[in-house]
Amino acid sequence: MFRRRAQSDPGLPPVSIRFEGRTIAATGGETLAAALLAAGEEVFRASPVSGAPRGPFCLMGACFECLVEIDGMPGQQACMTIVRDGMDIRRDRIVEGEE
Amino acid sequence: MTAGQDEPIFDLAIVGAGPAGMAAAALAGEIGLSTVVLDEQPSPGGQIYRNVEHAGGVPLPGASREKGAALAAAFRATALDYRPGTGVWHIETHPGEPCRLWLLRDARVGQVRARRVLLATGATERPVPVPGWTLPGVLTVGALQILLKSAGMVPAGPVVLVGNGPLLYLTAVQLAAADTRVAAVLETGAKADLRAALRHLPGFVASGTWRAGLALLREFRALGLPVVRDVSEVTIEGGDRASGVRYRTADGQSGTVPAEVVALHEGVIPASSLARAIGCDLVWDAGQATFRPEIDTWGQSSVAAVQIVGDSAGIAGAEAAPLAGRIAVLEAARAVGRLTEAERDRRAAPFGRALSSLLRGRPFIDRLYPPRLARSPLADPVVVCRCEEVTAGAVRAALASGASGPNQIKAFLRCGMGPCQGRFCAPTVTRLIAEARGVPEAEVGSFRLRPPVKPIPLAAFAAAMEEDAP
Repeated sequence: MFRRRAQSDPGLPPVSIRFEGRTIAATGGETLAAALLAAGEEVFRASPVSGAPRGPFCLMGACFECLVEIDGMPGQQACMTIVRDGMDIRRDRIVEGEE
Repeated sequence: MTAGQDEPIFDLAIVGAGPAGMAAAALAGEIGLSTVVLDEQPSPGGQIYRNVEHAGGVPLPGASREKGAALAAAFRATALDYRPGTGVWHIETHPGEPCRLWLLRDARVGQVRARRVLLATGATERPVPVPGWTLPGVLTVGALQILLKSAGMVPAGPVVLVGNGPLLYLTAVQLAAADTRVAAVLETGAKADLRAALRHLPGFVASGTWRAGLALLREFRALGLPVVRDVSEVTIEGGDRASGVRYRTADGQSGTVPAEVVALHEGVIPASSLARAIGCDLVWDAGQATFRPEIDTWGQSSVAAVQIVGDSAGIAGAEAAPLAGRIAVLEAARAVGRLTEAERDRRAAPFGRALSSLLRGRPFIDRLYPPRLARSPLADPVVVCRCEEVTAGAVRAALASGASGPNQIKAFLRCGMGPCQGRFCAPTVTRLIAEARGVPEAEVGSFRLRPPVKPIPLAAFAAAMEEDAP
């Protein structure tokens, strides 16, 4: 869905993260939402009401559509999180009534 | 939880490090106010100047990038307690006592105290509810801007831009320059908009902002992109993700454009959640079709210790925001006894003149690019509240069965109770109620907000308690 326009800044360290068990190469300093979008992931969670697929919408911390589970902690905003090496990310699974 | 009674009390806490916050902080430091700056982003700049300190990013239009970089450099050169990556989710204000700001940083809750608070929380995209707007692949134009500025990323496949305003044209120009295929620009508007705007042309010309605006428009037109004007209806098609946009114009033309990414934009509205949650009064701004905090010329809100500046107090743009920030800091300095009233007035005068001149240009832009899709009739099945999937039909049914105001709609339907706390449904709910009851939106009001303005995980409190345990 998105591509990187240029080679990332060589000063930034490469980091490796996992999304739903898949290893993804990312760039230090970028947000988790950008890293996942660049890797072709566009569904970050299911709507807790209908289960419909949802992905990033505003990318500035306001809409909460990009919620994911990071290292076991659910409900994290991928657009407000800077990638760290070894992050283990899953789609957010919060369903209505359980939160 | 950190910040006991022995913690320092700052003269000033600034929330937000965009153009208003950066300029305010630099002046506060110069005057000698002890200042803490709290910002959610990892580096200064806000959204408009996001990642502006990193030359390796994407070239932005020259002038604005230079202005942002200069603001960031002055901000960095000032002795301040700058805390990036820090969200503010509540502010306690008691007359005669310092304010207590509740923070979230690195999944830990914390707090700071300050005598005065300056909110410079910027703007968010105006919600544009259309059929299919919750599908993956549909983003705001602001989101495309953020990917471009912070990660050098552009849509890989064809993109359709929907809406109006300068940011739409700027984005089209930038995407075209990055070899992204802009399959269509669906401009929402009506022929009456230009007539309504012309009345305000003298102010726009006097403001000086017309040069950059005209240059951008020329650049956009020169690209020869497929543009459809006066679009009045839009449906985003797709199953599990967006696949295209179906549109209809005011004079009845229609069509469908396939797209991998659809970006919506009908301007921005003040990000006022924090101001509202701490009790700052709102007013309806008819010219911008939005509620905004009520402030005086110093940015003073209805809450004694709290001032609000920049776009979070009413959309005026990145040129106006630093001026408003500086004016407000001079008043804050007077309030804490650092400047006399005469010194405040003398120093504020040039900023005030420059700001007035810029503000004269705003009504032209507001009238030329009014929200259209965001204010056109909504079909019952359209999702209004994205978090709780509440449709326009459900809101209407609740109104028919006795709900009368925004807070009752919230109680009946959970509309506005999801994690975004109404940021993307409040304007639509107010409008639906106004339509159903036949009263102005000003009279309907908006959701009452309560802190926290963002969901705080329990673990964040636990982490802070553990830290404090002996």
